[in-house]
Amino acid sequence: MSGYWSGILAILAINIIFAYGIFVTATAGQLNLGGAGFMAIGAYGAAMLGEQLGWTPALTVPAATLLTALVGIGIAFPVLRTRGVYMVLATFAFAQVVTGIILTQPALGGAMGLVVTEYVDLPVLLGVAAAVTIGVFWLTATRLGLAMRALHDDELVAVLMGVPARAVQVAGFAIGGGLAGLAGALYAHHFSFVEAQYFSPLLSIYVLLFVLIGGTQTAWGPLVGASFFTIVPELLRIGGSWRYVVFGVMIVAMMMFRPEGMVTRTLLARLMGRRRHADAG
Amino acid sequence: MPMLLEIEGLEVRYGRTHAVRGVSLGVATAEVVTVLGANGAGKSSLLKAIAGAVTPAGGRIIFDGADVTALSAPERVKRGLVLVPEGRQILVSLTVHENLLMGAYGRRDGDVARDIEGIYARFSNLAARRDMLASVLSGGEQQMLAISRALLARPRLMMLDEPSLGLSPLLVGRLFELVRELNRDGLAILLVEQNTRMALRTASRGYVMELGRIVLDGPADRLADNEALAAAYLGSH
Repeated sequence: MSGYWSGILAILAINIIFAYGIFVTATAGQLNLGGAGFMAIGAYGAAMLGEQLGWTPALTVPAATLLTALVGIGIAFPVLRTRGVYMVLATFAFAQVVTGIILTQPALGGAMGLVVTEYVDLPVLLGVAAAVTIGVFWLTATRLGLAMRALHDDELVAVLMGVPARAVQVAGFAIGGGLAGLAGALYAHHFSFVEAQYFSPLLSIYVLLFVLIGGTQTAWGPLVGASFFTIVPELLRIGGSWRYVVFGVMIVAMMMFRPEGMVTRTLLARLMGRRRHADAG
Repeated sequence: MPMLLEIEGLEVRYGRTHAVRGVSLGVATAEVVTVLGANGAGKSSLLKAIAGAVTPAGGRIIFDGADVTALSAPERVKRGLVLVPEGRQILVSLTVHENLLMGAYGRRDGDVARDIEGIYARFSNLAARRDMLASVLSGGEQQMLAISRALLARPRLMMLDEPSLGLSPLLVGRLFELVRELNRDGLAILLVEQNTRMALRTASRGYVMELGRIVLDGPADRLADNEALAAAYLGSH
């Protein structure tokens, strides 16, 4: 495999994990436009633990994931006091504060970034991405996952059925934040370098697009969305600068004709039905 | 008869709006009680406050002898105080089966699967659509699903907010038949309705609310004969 394609696969694995982080929070009904902030905390957390304390990735990655999950819990409380567009703005502001802190702290490398010595190779990234995918599929089938989806549909009804809304929403931010942090930690160890500029508002917007255009109804959505957004722009490279135009038009068309995302529960039901038919015939 | 639910001087405020003003009422074990009144009389706010979905500004809610005023909605559900809210009560991105599972959310016992099978035996339409999204159900089926879901919480008192809203006369008849059936099995029911005539025919007692206050109460047959009520609420029926 060429270095070019292995680089794309690494980004794909990281994007899938990152997208699941946003997806889990969205499943419970919360839009997180601060994804880059959570990812940055995971990346810098892993980098600092590795460089300052000499921990190996086997320790830095879980520790950074846990740290980001705790940050998720911490910011869930103020963020959950807001609703709708204000929540989106609050999460957006959070990410800005994170990059602001990184840029002004010399200990974190400031605008120069940090070099990360310990290397994690591609098979590990792909393995973790596969494990996260399976884990999120499992989560959506659990009691907690069901409660999250119910809250997303109708908070009043969910509460009247006995769902402790606040606790479930905080869990959504904790798991979602942790996964974004995991993506950041793997990014740091694979690309051996972190800088605040990478964790820009554009990154937060992209990952939210992966999830919204992939579809939030099933755990297939983020997988399909992240793969589409990572691979298609590369395939369009042959078209030169026109690729941005083509890609933009594709996104707009998607939003017009399929606002609920690429993968919906209805689509899955239809595919399953057809397969059952094929088995019978 | 021992009172299962007792409300004393309940107040609900939304900002400057005073939706419920000093309401006191009671529901006995295995009794059907109806609350009538025009739109905006405060009936839905009353039910939401009893269920714990809104915090009352004053008053007490006693359920089964215990003061539940400070308990959260999920804790009240666990005690058997369950509200079927008005309007779109269906979780549309969940399947019929998942909706039913949500009804049993607060339960930790092993009988949930058996109880769901019982629901399917009772409502064959739901059984036939168990793996479909609940959004494909008709209005009547959605109401049956909402009530079935509430039943899976093992309620001792079920509150129904305008269950007949938007249903055809045939389905309204079936709905009230179901309410009577559930009551015969020992379930206490607090019913808020616009369909005054059907509600008074089903309930043993009734309360009439106006602008947040209870203005009239008594046995259902007496309320049905009351001319003031007839003029105000039964005129169109």
